[in-house]
Amino acid sequence: MAKRVLIADDEANIVASLEFLMEQAGFEVRVATNGREALEAAQSFLPDLVLLDVMMPEKNGYEVCQSLRQDPALAAVKIVMLSAKGREVEIAKGMELGADAYVTKPFSTRDLVAKVREMLGV
Amino acid sequence: MRGWRHAIVPALLVFVFAGVAALVTWSDLPPEERPAVAAAFSAQRVAVLLILALGFAAAVGFAAKRIADRTVLPARRIAEGMKLMLSSNPDFRVTPAGAPEIAEVATLANQLADANAALKSDVEAKIGAARADLEAEKNRLAALMSELASSVVVCNLEGAILLYNGSAKRLLGGPDGSLVGLGRSVFGVLDRNVILHAIDSIGRQLANAVPHPDAQFVAAGPEGGLMRVRVAPVLAHAEGVPPELTGYVLLVADVTDSVEAGQRRDALLQSLTESGRAALANIRASIENLVEYTDMKPERRAQFTAIIRDEALKLSERLDAVTREFSEVVKSEYSVEEMRGEDLVAVARARIESRVGIPTKLETIDPNVWLKVDSFSIAQGLSYLASRLKEDFEIREVRFRLGVSGRHAQLDLLWRGAPLSAETAFTWENDPFHLGGEPSPLTLKNVLERHGGEGWYQRDLPLQSAYYRLVLPLATAPARARFTAAVASRPEYYDFDLFRQLPQNRVLEERPLAELAFTVFDTETTGLDPSAGDEIISIGAVRIVNGRLLAGESFESLVDPKRELSAASIDVHGITPEMLAGQPGIGDVLPRFARFAEGTVLVAHNAAFDMRFLAMKEAATGVRFTQPVLDTLLLSAVANPNQETHSLEAIAERLGVAIVGRHTALGDALVTGDVFLRLVPLLAKQGIRTLGEARAASEKTFYARVTY
Repeated sequence: MAKRVLIADDEANIVASLEFLMEQAGFEVRVATNGREALEAAQSFLPDLVLLDVMMPEKNGYEVCQSLRQDPALAAVKIVMLSAKGREVEIAKGMELGADAYVTKPFSTRDLVAKVREMLGV
Repeated sequence: MRGWRHAIVPALLVFVFAGVAALVTWSDLPPEERPAVAAAFSAQRVAVLLILALGFAAAVGFAAKRIADRTVLPARRIAEGMKLMLSSNPDFRVTPAGAPEIAEVATLANQLADANAALKSDVEAKIGAARADLEAEKNRLAALMSELASSVVVCNLEGAILLYNGSAKRLLGGPDGSLVGLGRSVFGVLDRNVILHAIDSIGRQLANAVPHPDAQFVAAGPEGGLMRVRVAPVLAHAEGVPPELTGYVLLVADVTDSVEAGQRRDALLQSLTESGRAALANIRASIENLVEYTDMKPERRAQFTAIIRDEALKLSERLDAVTREFSEVVKSEYSVEEMRGEDLVAVARARIESRVGIPTKLETIDPNVWLKVDSFSIAQGLSYLASRLKEDFEIREVRFRLGVSGRHAQLDLLWRGAPLSAETAFTWENDPFHLGGEPSPLTLKNVLERHGGEGWYQRDLPLQSAYYRLVLPLATAPARARFTAAVASRPEYYDFDLFRQLPQNRVLEERPLAELAFTVFDTETTGLDPSAGDEIISIGAVRIVNGRLLAGESFESLVDPKRELSAASIDVHGITPEMLAGQPGIGDVLPRFARFAEGTVLVAHNAAFDMRFLAMKEAATGVRFTQPVLDTLLLSAVANPNQETHSLEAIAERLGVAIVGRHTALGDALVTGDVFLRLVPLLAKQGIRTLGEARAASEKTFYARVTY
């Protein structure tokens, strides 16, 4: 069965690329465009991995990350934070709050896909 | 006749002695022998004997007188003369007379006096010269301080201000400048703990023999601005012991604007990097998708191509916006200074010759032009113009001309050749400067705008030239005029005697009155009974530091009592309800007054009355006056216990103080201050010298037992 990837980002232009890449890689994909939607989608869709943007309306990526980590049903979900915030303290904050990887924008699409594959063991 | 006295007196004595001896002998003789003796002493014999005796006595008298004239009398005169020399008339010299030995003593006494006088005048000359040097140095220092654009405050270890300059008063003195003054506490202006922390740090550096100990901090100023303060120690150096800290110098700069500008710049930089990263991420992902997945559907391909275009456009817009905002930040940061027009031209010429590489020359330059400009941006603008002239029109030389028209200066950049076209001028004015790989966000237009200036191009027919004219603001007051003003207002700017003030471990009570700083104040009120709702409507105060009444450091404020004024009280103080409308309330005025009075002893006439009004406001304003208070009414009663009245008028009249402006709070405070200064020496005569003694004596007077 195909692994599930949830994309949480409010910017349509990056969502288009991410969605395309994840589908090409053979994953089942769902998209959320703000923090609250992302949490709801996580509960119904039960993704194996979340590509999480930091700066989103409603709830930011840090808050979503924390909530996901507190939900026992989602204990195994992998979280990859994607952000234009590239300072060391911001990266450290994401990792502290429970992200499995922190990718700063801009990124190499090939590396991102490789990383997602690796984390999902496919 | 007088000369004979010395002979007659001994002769008479001999005569009396011989007479008495004869009488005694005669009476002792047995009666039978008397006729024989009488026969032996015939009248003739007695007369001869007497004459002989008298002659001998006269000779002895003359001899004694002669000896005394040559020894005792001259010696006595010398002694009197020397007393004179020692006390009232050092120029007196004794006349050598009498015996040679005595005359020599006189000569030697004169020589000693001469030597002493020479020594004394030598010492006086040296003291005079040293004092003149010191005075000149003090004046130079004061002039230097008041000329400094930076704000300087010098304090002793207790935080009392010993010296400040005009710039410090403007920056830290509060709305009316009253917070900064001689003898005032610097802690009323800057946070005490922060200053003490800085001094601790300097103390540690001194202990570790750090070469130039100093400390820096940023603290809030009295009106909420941000002040960067550099603290440097004032050290007393003595042979063989480590330098001792006696005070400190605070160099204060207002960094509110630059901190804000810095924050805005940081925020801009951050938002620029973040938006740049996001846009690049989208573009890169789209491009990589297009390259990687060549077989994607045409509509997908179109979608990614559109995203690339869209993101690139957004990024350019963002960059434009940031550039605009950035030049605003730079604008807010630029520093205007007053400088000679000639110097500005020199700066611009040097820059053009080195950066643009064309020679420059001068036409008429008015040497009296002073400008108020940011010299760097103007020089940058002129260099930019020169470089465009060189590149676009192949101009090989530019010239400068400087003159005045009305309230503006005209700075012309001339070149031989055609004038600019309107289009060229527009482009040059609106293009950001770009000089030899040195980009700038500024344009000639915004440099001129920020100076409140203008620029245009024109032809100069007589010189067969064209020129670009910069119209720039003249400095309103050239630096020289400011200098005179600063010197005139110098005397209250420093008081080095305060350095001699004793360290704080000495209890206030034990300090002499002559040495303390006082705030003499008075209030006007709506009536006499604060507990019945009477309120303060005016506070006036003046400071006494080191025995000087500093009229320049006064505090005066009307207070809106938020209640009606009785007609009777208006008759007393002459303050009408219209005058109080719109004045600050007691909640605003009292904290300001407390800061003015911080670290000083309060003085008022009939202080109990005023203190009671102040105490009534403690709960509402949170301001407490905990410092010692002296009352001129009580002190007058101590100094003149037999006088009946101790009203301010009566005391002032007794002590010869002129009464000006009574029944205004500041007027009464000034009179009270004068009265107080005259009471201090009177009290000293009764042995009342310290604050503690003055307070104890006050408490004992009859008047102190009357309460309000």
